[in-house]
Amino acid sequence: MGRKLLLEHINVPGIETYDVYRNHGGYKSVEKALKTMSPQEVVEEVQKSALKGRGGAGFPTGMKWSFLAKPEGVPRYLVCNADESEPGTFKDRFLMEKLPHLMVEGMITSSYALGANTSYIYIRGEYMFVLEILEKAIAEAYAKGWLGKNILGSGYDLDLYVAPGGGAYICGEETALLESLEGKRGNPRMKPPFPAIKGLYGCPTVVNNVESLCTVVPIINIGADEYLKIGTEKSSGTKLISACGNLARPGVYEIELGISVEEFIYGDEWCRGIANGKKIKALIPGGSSVPILPAHLITKTATGEDRFMSYESLSDGGFASGSMLGSGGFIVFDEDQCIVRNTWNFARFYAHESCGQCSPCREGTSWMEKVLHRLETGKGNMRDIDLLAEINKKIEGNTICPLGDAAAWPVAAAIRHFREEFEWHVTHPEEAVKRNYGLLKTPSITL
Amino acid sequence: MISTLETQAKRPPFSPEKMAEVQGVIKQFPEGKQKSAILRVLHIAEEEFGGWLSPETMDYVAGLLDIQPIEVYEVATFYTMFNMQPTGKFVFEVCRTGPCMLVGSDDIIEYIKTKLGISKVGETSADGMFTLKTAECLGACGYGPMLQCGKVYHEHLTPAKVDALMDEYRAKYSSENNNN
Amino acid sequence: MIKVTIDDIEIEVEEGTTIMNAARMIGGDVVPPAMCYYSSLPGTGGKCRTCLVEIAAGSTKDPRPMPKLMVSCSTTVQDGMIVKNRTSEKVIENRGAVVEFLLINHPLDCPVCDQAGECDLQDLGFSHGKEGSRYEEEKRTFEPIDIGENIKLHMNRCILCYRCVHVANQLTDQRVHGALHRGDHTEISTYIEKAVDNDFSGNMIDVCPVGALTDRSARFKSRVWFLKPMNASCECTKCSGKAVVWMFGKQMYRVTTRQDQYGEVEVKDGKPEWICNECRFDKKDLEQWTIEGPRHISRNSVISQGHYEVSKTNLLK
Repeated sequence: MGRKLLLEHINVPGIETYDVYRNHGGYKSVEKALKTMSPQEVVEEVQKSALKGRGGAGFPTGMKWSFLAKPEGVPRYLVCNADESEPGTFKDRFLMEKLPHLMVEGMITSSYALGANTSYIYIRGEYMFVLEILEKAIAEAYAKGWLGKNILGSGYDLDLYVAPGGGAYICGEETALLESLEGKRGNPRMKPPFPAIKGLYGCPTVVNNVESLCTVVPIINIGADEYLKIGTEKSSGTKLISACGNLARPGVYEIELGISVEEFIYGDEWCRGIANGKKIKALIPGGSSVPILPAHLITKTATGEDRFMSYESLSDGGFASGSMLGSGGFIVFDEDQCIVRNTWNFARFYAHESCGQCSPCREGTSWMEKVLHRLETGKGNMRDIDLLAEINKKIEGNTICPLGDAAAWPVAAAIRHFREEFEWHVTHPEEAVKRNYGLLKTPSITL
Repeated sequence: MISTLETQAKRPPFSPEKMAEVQGVIKQFPEGKQKSAILRVLHIAEEEFGGWLSPETMDYVAGLLDIQPIEVYEVATFYTMFNMQPTGKFVFEVCRTGPCMLVGSDDIIEYIKTKLGISKVGETSADGMFTLKTAECLGACGYGPMLQCGKVYHEHLTPAKVDALMDEYRAKYSSENNNN
Repeated sequence: MIKVTIDDIEIEVEEGTTIMNAARMIGGDVVPPAMCYYSSLPGTGGKCRTCLVEIAAGSTKDPRPMPKLMVSCSTTVQDGMIVKNRTSEKVIENRGAVVEFLLINHPLDCPVCDQAGECDLQDLGFSHGKEGSRYEEEKRTFEPIDIGENIKLHMNRCILCYRCVHVANQLTDQRVHGALHRGDHTEISTYIEKAVDNDFSGNMIDVCPVGALTDRSARFKSRVWFLKPMNASCECTKCSGKAVVWMFGKQMYRVTTRQDQYGEVEVKDGKPEWICNECRFDKKDLEQWTIEGPRHISRNSVISQGHYEVSKTNLLK
């Protein structure tokens, strides 16, 4: 068994309620921080832990905190990014649903560190049932004196609110999230200025992922030195992996960073291999945006070394033969799955979720979707494959926000590793249409 | 047959209880930043006023938040959760994105279409009971295929489970109607 | 003052100047094209991506090149920054791609578009576009609508620069139109039928870089290159009364703002000279205006081919 920092008490009945959570060491990080540490010391502890942002980009959380501007007389905000929408990722929902008080505790300790007196959890609108769970936990925390005025007699005040989105993947991008929280369309802002200087209502703001903020709790509790002993040198700590696709046992797992990919997929403690005794065909290890890996690059790197579940090992080989840990959305494809169909599916997702603000993304994502749909439905030609590669190169890096890159990378990687399959769709249009249509293979389905 | 007129019959303003809830949401934000409450207020308004956002409803929300109606239209049409047209009594939103597709969401969508006797996603069954929609990733990737109805997630769907769900919602509707 | 080099030309500018404005100080073809940025409308820019430039050196302090192309309209210069615009192959290639993106859903209906001849997209297509199209899919289409009695909206032609939204926000006291929906379904609209009839709403037509918003009072009356633009002024209580009237013989076909070489409204003493709807739509009689003389339009423009500037005595014949 690997060490658990977040999910240690996940199986304790009633852990979602205040009393049980408190009896299992809940809110200790708040006590420790508010009673024995200065805000700056909390920031330094998180910096020392080398915690990388768990939302997908992997930017060091402590460093992000250290950038926060602190002009006199201007409020600062901490906003939790609970807009989890990256396909393959469902770990934040699991955390908030099962451990709402851990979320609240993480918000309090982190808000204290940043000197924020009002904090928001921006949660995707579809998670309205989770919002209700969180609000219940927040009400309990207020009642017990963990929120409100003069918390623990420290003189520190904090109000915490949950705000729902309305259905938009783009609001996971931090500046789009802030726009949305201000009641506007979720159009990403131009950067600079970064939120640390000008964020919510033009005030200095830190936006962190749910898991990152929850991880602050064990970091403060056990200390950065102890935290650094877990994981690998470049990937400290534990990470939640949401495993899905054709696995025997999909679900949310907390791993110590650095276990082998092979163990994670096939180990009894984890996913227990591929469903229905099939073989693995491909893996997307970090949410739909990161490059897909073909079978031979999953458990081994291009140089034949073992591949591990860590930031550095999953990206070994760069985009040519590696991928990224990303959000930990671990999507496994069995041998029957069609890469072209899946690439089209993701392209449709990004076209659907593009905010439409800048031209390369607005036009490029939907162009790719249309070309991929033709290929998938047997109406493509060889030229289309190169055209796709060409379009995605022109989106990548040319857009306001990273959604352009996120839309371009999966297409580029799919063509890089599975070009024959795209070509096969051109040369075998009728078979391509019939092939791989879900579980039931309903004969009546036509495209 | 449920006519859409029945759903339209519920119009602004909010009941005193709902108005108190809305005022509470507005207070979560600093003074002068009441526009921040828009998404939550639109969710409440949709639930209260017939399951969709009519221009009348949106204009009412604009008034409550002291903003121009166009600002509400811009926001409401940007976010996909809001129904801009009247819908059936229950809206099934099936996740269609990659991880769900890998475990058979396409078939579930087809199955529901057949069951409801509709030809396209977005249509409503003839009895006005169910509208089928598709949604992009709902964060239930390990538990697919799945659908959302209102605030509830229904996961690990099979055709049999879909049948049971429809019966359940029909029963819910008739019991609610009998009570009225 | 700080030094910046654009396409091998050095210039000193004030701190906080954008690359675009530094380039405009140099002038000529060093200036990147802009479809969404509009200097008199704060908040515009960054969206169309046509003004992308390469930063070969970030600053004297940190001379590393920037990995991505940057939008010149929203990136401020640093001391010692080296910018490449037309001298960068990467810029030319990617700007070409942006033009392709802007055109894939554009109807290319220039023969029947009132904007033809003074259209920024036409010019951009000419300077940076490819021959032929690689787009084989169906184009997205919308029905043209009247937004108010004076303005026609052809959403098919819109490139979503958002300039008109900023005009409504900044020049009128009540915005009734905006951007609806999202992604490639985004459209400029009033949502429900509503007239845009604020005093200054007509300026939306002038800031529109394409033929998406056109003047209904001048619609289909003449190709722009058959008209003779004259600087004209009138006594107006609402606006500066400084306009350009577009003449066909002695008939006044349309009235617009006075625009500079970048197609932006002229600024006098720090104030943009927007015109009111009354001047634009209602004053179409020569007696209502004092003609100052021919309006100089770039000699490269098709409008200049009417040679109206040479025959000053015959101006209005």
